[in-house]
Amino acid sequence: MNYVKLFFSNKKSTVGVIIFLAFVVLALFAPYISPYSPNSMAFTPLQGPSWKHLLGTTAVGQDIFSQVIWGTRLSLMVGLVTGAIATILSVIVGLSSGYLGGITDDILMTITNIFLVIPGLPLIIIISAFIVVKGVWTIIFVISITGWAWGARTLRSQVLTIKNRDYVKASVVVGERSSHIIFSDIFPNMLSLIVANFFGAAVYAVLSEAGLEFLGLGDSSAISWGTILYWAQNNQALLFGLWEWAAVPGLLIALLGMSFALMNFAVDEITNPRLRKR
Amino acid sequence: MRYIIKRIIFFLITAWAAITINFILPRMMPGNPAEVMIAKFQGRLNPQAISALEIAFGLNTHENIFLQYIDYIGRMLTGNFGISVSFYPTTVAQVLSQAIPWTLGLAGISTILAFTFGTLLGIGAAWKRNSTTNGIVVPLSFFLNSMPYFWFALIIEYVFAFIFGWFPLGGAYSSSSHIAGFALLISILYHAILPAATIVITAMGGWMLTMRNNMISVLSDDYITFAFAQGLPEKTVEYQYAARNAILPSFTGFAMAIGFVISGVLLTEIIFSYPGVGYLLYQSVLNIDYPLMQAIFLFITIAVLIANFIADLVYVFLDPRARSGGE
Repeated sequence: MNYVKLFFSNKKSTVGVIIFLAFVVLALFAPYISPYSPNSMAFTPLQGPSWKHLLGTTAVGQDIFSQVIWGTRLSLMVGLVTGAIATILSVIVGLSSGYLGGITDDILMTITNIFLVIPGLPLIIIISAFIVVKGVWTIIFVISITGWAWGARTLRSQVLTIKNRDYVKASVVVGERSSHIIFSDIFPNMLSLIVANFFGAAVYAVLSEAGLEFLGLGDSSAISWGTILYWAQNNQALLFGLWEWAAVPGLLIALLGMSFALMNFAVDEITNPRLRKR
Repeated sequence: MRYIIKRIIFFLITAWAAITINFILPRMMPGNPAEVMIAKFQGRLNPQAISALEIAFGLNTHENIFLQYIDYIGRMLTGNFGISVSFYPTTVAQVLSQAIPWTLGLAGISTILAFTFGTLLGIGAAWKRNSTTNGIVVPLSFFLNSMPYFWFALIIEYVFAFIFGWFPLGGAYSSSSHIAGFALLISILYHAILPAATIVITAMGGWMLTMRNNMISVLSDDYITFAFAQGLPEKTVEYQYAARNAILPSFTGFAMAIGFVISGVLLTEIIFSYPGVGYLLYQSVLNIDYPLMQAIFLFITIAVLIANFIADLVYVFLDPRARSGGE
């Protein structure tokens, strides 16, 4: 409970939470906030910003402002879902590796280190290029299986520290089952690290999704910030002077990523007393 | 020594893993995607090329999968990556070798610059952690770190190349044919400034934050207080006592950081049409040129492994504990 209070009294996390909540509101109320349907092609194409179209229109006459608002849904969803899946994978690998030790640990950590070293973006690109079915779930799948390794490694080292604490040793002596020790003794003490990991994975997911969609490896008919950028680039928005078309979605991606990063850093600061302001 | 041998073994295992990923991916997908590629290029490839591709991707073969695998590893080790379907009849090795120098130059120089600037800024931000500069630099690096690389590259290109016209919009050197020698070198540097600046600025933030946090942790150690009590000059304590120890985690975290830099380089090259490996990867994706794509993936992985290996060697040099083989 104490940590929750600290989390909200931290300046970084407060800013992070406010930005994040603003995006949640945008996503939930997209139908009421956006003036037009994001798919409607009823307008004059390639127009600059005006009162009627705050961010102008696309090459096929869609309202960019409405697209940006609706795009929040997909980008936010991919960030949260992928962050969650990657974190679950990290927890499973990190906990079993750290707790079981021995050969299991060796094998799991070698796999983790391989995933850490193989550069993420090229791996994501090559996997997506081979998957013929394009869509949001393909993207979530690909980013999740490439984004868990860092978390697994940090969680494992945390388990190793906790495992040697007296109260865990006491449980072992008393003869508690492994599952009890893992879930009742070790797991609660790792929650903050797991939460921090979730935010870290979410940043990675938001940025990777945007990159994949920008390269045309996503579903280019779906409406997300990444695909808006894809269409802006393919229609040479910048060379036509329609800079808002590309600038705004990119800025929003950066803001969403930043809100996750700020919350991640705040959790780190709270749980590592040395980083706290004196 | 034991540490180095461990690193070499890990190097080999990872290289093997990358080759295996390349082997398994097309065979794992429902309806082997290589078939689509071959169908697309049917008219333009000769029969030998097609059968070579079929062997490489395990199509129309009765050979046992293990034999295919051994055969595949053999070809990768001898640098036989096959022919590129989109640059037919050039081999993948030839296409790739033309792109490599550009990427090595761009990525190498930008990584070193970003690491140096980021680390120095991190030291400064931790040393004066309550100053105004710190108040600006830290949130800024958060923003830079959370920004999509390619988008930042787009904005930089738009502002400095398109609006102001100070730099070229893309490419690696002037396209006029009678340019050579010193003028060519100048032109190459001129074309590299914007892409390199993009990578340095975006990659710097991560290293800065890591260094700042390490440094703050180290600064609260007793030996730092003792160094102050001895009356040592501030700069000595800052760089020779604190920073020297704080920099160690930056080297162990190098693996992850270099991955981000590589992603940055790939995307930046795509935006600036810079003729390196990243732009080539993009083209191979657009043209569904799987042999080229796989070779690029393997090359990038090996390059990152080598960079990591160098970082490990530096780490051994900096940290005596690693030399004695202790944890």
